[in-house]
Amino acid sequence: MNVNVPPGKIPNATPAMEWPEGALTRIPYWIYQSPEIYALEQRRIFEGPVWNYLCLEAEVQKPGDYRVTFMGLMPVIVARDFDDEIYAFENRCAHRGALIALDSGGRARDFTCVYHAWNYDLKGNLKAVAFEDGVAGRGGMAKTFCRSDHGPRKLRIAIFAGLVFGSLSDDVPPIEEYLGEEIAARIKRVLHKPVAVTGRFTQMLPNNWKLYFENVKDTYHASLLHTFFTTFRINRLSQKGGMVVSPDGGNHASFSFVDKANKENDYAAMGIRSDKEDFALKDPSLLDNADEFNDGCHMQILTVYPNFVLQQIQNSLAVRQVLPKGQTRTALNWTTIGFADDTPDMKTRRLRQNNLAGPAGYVSMEDGAVGGFVQRGVAAAGGERAVVEMGGTSTQNEGTRATEASVRGFWKRYREHMAI
Amino acid sequence: MPSAITLERILALQAAYIRCIDNNALEAWPEFFLDQCLYIVTTAENHRNGFEAGIIYADTKGMLIDRIAALRVANVYEKQSYRHILGLPNILKSGGDTAESETPFMVVRIMHDGQSDIFATGLYLDTYRAVGDDLKFSERVVVCDSSRIDTLMALPL
Repeated sequence: MNVNVPPGKIPNATPAMEWPEGALTRIPYWIYQSPEIYALEQRRIFEGPVWNYLCLEAEVQKPGDYRVTFMGLMPVIVARDFDDEIYAFENRCAHRGALIALDSGGRARDFTCVYHAWNYDLKGNLKAVAFEDGVAGRGGMAKTFCRSDHGPRKLRIAIFAGLVFGSLSDDVPPIEEYLGEEIAARIKRVLHKPVAVTGRFTQMLPNNWKLYFENVKDTYHASLLHTFFTTFRINRLSQKGGMVVSPDGGNHASFSFVDKANKENDYAAMGIRSDKEDFALKDPSLLDNADEFNDGCHMQILTVYPNFVLQQIQNSLAVRQVLPKGQTRTALNWTTIGFADDTPDMKTRRLRQNNLAGPAGYVSMEDGAVGGFVQRGVAAAGGERAVVEMGGTSTQNEGTRATEASVRGFWKRYREHMAI
Repeated sequence: MPSAITLERILALQAAYIRCIDNNALEAWPEFFLDQCLYIVTTAENHRNGFEAGIIYADTKGMLIDRIAALRVANVYEKQSYRHILGLPNILKSGGDTAESETPFMVVRIMHDGQSDIFATGLYLDTYRAVGDDLKFSERVVVCDSSRIDTLMALPL
């Protein structure tokens, strides 16, 4: 027994925070548990050289429209000013730090903090300080006080295909470069015309934010955890799949499609098949799919590091924003969308197919819980590690979804930013 | 001539509905609805904004049957049950073989390990149709007060 422990020190109280061997194929569980890591992620990732998804351009359509959102932990206001440009700034009064906007969005000409009535324009500039000159010649701000020296932190904004991204970094590359050519094209493939919001939901996940972001990138689990399609024998002819990962590893898109070269590629022939009557859907109109992008691709799940998901599951379209709310708590903000010019039939089709995704989604509800299964499973295993070796060790594109390449891509990017 | 839709009949339907879900007799749940029906679980904010998407959306009884089948054989979730507590129905409209009401609800979710939490509160916005002696929902819009859903929504509200 080792008795040479220095007084006041508890040996092995916390596991050493060193990355295990096998750069991207071993993930230490302390990464989901450590308060130090959690605090560091805000500085090095969310406030670092990344583009955070903030909201849809359609949600700040007209001058005076604003949305309240987050960049990691940082509360943010996104507003369209009367010059028709979109601005974003920290939702924090320069005076004492109180929230400037208290609701989730709306219309405003300016913002006034409720605490001491400091006033801001829609660009986040401090415009007025209550009693700046005092009252009846007494009190007031110091002569040296200059309003323009004070204000909430302003974000850089990038708008791509109607998505509004924000960054605090001057070093982040332009958005097209950040996304990578293939990912950019796959975003534009879906968001190719003006969208309309059809609903907003927040799903609170009982796990660290990274477990959810990995889950979305993880194509390996899809048909294993989510058995809706296989149980109901919803077989699609000539179904093929693939995945692209951006060169830096951070962004990915996975997709499945009908082989155009195949004679049986006709969508009419691609209907619902069930060879066991017991497991047929009573009302298959739920899955009445329209090939609205004219490419046979009926499913595409896409992520942009560090917090964005674009979903096309048949005609169910949604964007998801991933926000940390504690080491073991994550908000997943769903915004379901259609297009502004959707026909009544297409609207109904999307409303029905939205049953596939979301907190009660036939092929997604499990994702709300599985991160919690990991978080609870590793409760005592901070010194142990996950194995991410499906498809080898690379982070490259694959012609199959039986791979964890995009999960490894995430860790490649993450480790660079975190310098761990 | 259909019999009038009385408060007593509405109370009986409401009581039977929550008993069905809370007792895990989900196979009987679609039978509370007409074949052509509307069942939506949404949020107060979406409802107020006129956003049509639901957390659950079904516009035929067949879709309700499919949802239960999926819960039984396809979807994966930890063992759990609900306890619905209802307020009093406020009948907004009644005449002939239809009626409309608004009923407040609270649902506690009890997980297999004993963890119990208020999972949802809100209003049932109901439209009824009398079919002979039977009373069914032609519409049940479940408007949750909060926009937050904890973890997942497996069982219907």
